[in-house]
Amino acid sequence: MIETLIQGLLLGGLYALFALGLSLMFGVMRLTNTAQGDFIVLAAFGAIALASVVAAHPLLIGALLLPVAFAVGYALQRWVLNGTLGRDPLPSLVVTFGLSVVIQNALLEIFSADPRALDTGALATQSLGLPGQISVGVLPLTILGVAVLGTVGLQALFARTALGRSFRAVSDDKEIAELMGLDSRKVYAVATGIAFLFIAVAGTFQAMRTTVSPADGPLLLLFAFEAVIIGGMGSFWGTLVGALVLGLTQQIGFRIDPGWGIWFGHLMFLAVLVVRPQGLFPKTRG
Amino acid sequence: MHALTDDHPASALPMPAAAAAARAGFDVVRSTRASRVALGVAAVLVAVAGSMPFWAESSWMRDFVEIACYLIFAMMWNLLAGYGGMVSIGQQAFFGLGGYAMLALGNFAGVNPFAAVPLAALAAALIAVPVSWVAFRLQGGYFAIGTWVIAEVFRLSVANISAVGGGSGTSLTALRGIEKATRESVTFWIALACVVASVALVYVFLRSKQGLALLAIRDNEVAAESQGIAVRRVKLAVYVVAAFGAGLAGALYFVGNLRISPDAAFSVNWSAFAIFMVVIGGIGRIEGPLVGALIFFALNKFLSDYGSWYLLGLGGLAIVTTIFFKQGLWGYAQQRWGWALFPTSRRLRLP
Repeated sequence: MIETLIQGLLLGGLYALFALGLSLMFGVMRLTNTAQGDFIVLAAFGAIALASVVAAHPLLIGALLLPVAFAVGYALQRWVLNGTLGRDPLPSLVVTFGLSVVIQNALLEIFSADPRALDTGALATQSLGLPGQISVGVLPLTILGVAVLGTVGLQALFARTALGRSFRAVSDDKEIAELMGLDSRKVYAVATGIAFLFIAVAGTFQAMRTTVSPADGPLLLLFAFEAVIIGGMGSFWGTLVGALVLGLTQQIGFRIDPGWGIWFGHLMFLAVLVVRPQGLFPKTRG
Repeated sequence: MHALTDDHPASALPMPAAAAAARAGFDVVRSTRASRVALGVAAVLVAVAGSMPFWAESSWMRDFVEIACYLIFAMMWNLLAGYGGMVSIGQQAFFGLGGYAMLALGNFAGVNPFAAVPLAALAAALIAVPVSWVAFRLQGGYFAIGTWVIAEVFRLSVANISAVGGGSGTSLTALRGIEKATRESVTFWIALACVVASVALVYVFLRSKQGLALLAIRDNEVAAESQGIAVRRVKLAVYVVAAFGAGLAGALYFVGNLRISPDAAFSVNWSAFAIFMVVIGGIGRIEGPLVGALIFFALNKFLSDYGSWYLLGLGGLAIVTTIFFKQGLWGYAQQRWGWALFPTSRRLRLP
């Protein structure tokens, strides 16, 4: 039982990495990135392709991916997504959904439908022994650690830095923020760039922990989304807790019947929506 | 629009609208020459199509049934998103429910599957009511993904019901005794009737009092509410009507297909194709999904051999249309030449 709970929390760590980027983009510019999962899969395939060229540790491969991911996110927001923002959610939804279909099929064309993984070498099997004959994998633990660090980092970025202040300013009132000299288009682009850093990290870890195939994206998006809603919008701590709750629920479901894990997670999401639609730890208003 | 409160819910005019219009010296025009011509052409087309089982090849009829399903589904998505402002990626929930309800009625309850088609649509509409209690807690982009999760819940749940074959699906055995030619002709006529009924349903709904309220909500929800429109109730009505239509399309599709599985019935591709059709044709106008479905089907017919390249191009086309031609192809034509085959607006004609 305790083992199931630990596995659930570790799985939640990975889901938190899926979700932080989505939470960030929605928080700053009310943009729902329906291609979130597909970009994670794209990053995973990017890491796999890079690993076939550069012989380096997978974590180093992930680090090499970061500047590329930031540039892609920045450019995407600056020159494509900014034009779709507005009161009507339709344009941004259609464009990101279109991107999702484009990415899925492009990956299918390039890499075929076979599942692939990053070779993690010894890291895949290393584990720490805990009292009570429980062992915890080093890799899942690292992922959870990175997720917690990422959450702390984002929270600090928003609370303490000038960049975080500009994020909050354009989120609260874009017009006033622009009157104060901020260029909201650039602020948005930086926010998406940072969200894509998380996407790159999530993709690399996903490819290290399990296999990825081109059609995986939508499911990852749904997990990320559920984590955000369960946790409550506007707080990164909420997103982390939401992801952990989702991971736990799924793991318990998997334990009962392997076919029920994901279904259990969905039901947990619906239950939270009915009982506490603002999420467990809501922060933002409106 | 302000003077035309003829069927506005919060009407302050004490006298009949026509009398008011006459006294004020203007006419309210609701049809155009194009719309009258279109109505005539449509009637002829329907009559010609109705005779198809007597002279056309059966592959044409199968194609027609398939287009009809896409078209009805896209039209309902257009009603929901383009008029109701509720962008959903989860309408396949009702498509699948319609299909499975039809199958259950036919295989287990002994209802004639053709008669089960409208009943299945009704079942989908009924289920939409409790679903809305959950879905309406989310707005905008999160509504879109939330409805998708709900559709996934239905897919996974149906996949666990062994009576309908679980994850691998089952066949519509209720149609077994019927001769192939008869089955194809009846399916075709039902599809034709469903298309005509759906276009009429959406058209009449949009020209009604509820439709006017819906347009007001789309333009500005707060202002609409302040005018006395029961925003929640109108939105629920649209959601239920759209679910009915999606269920109709689903039931029809699987009557034509004879085989159903959760992955086919609840596939997100249904919503994806509806979104692409509506956006490319022109959202928020009845002609949009008609044009979009024809383009979609033509592309599908000629390019689907290219598999993933075809889907890639479709996604790309939707992106380009959204960014550069926000009104879609028909919207562009309408702005350029003033075409309107199904006018829902009220225009003033001053003497």
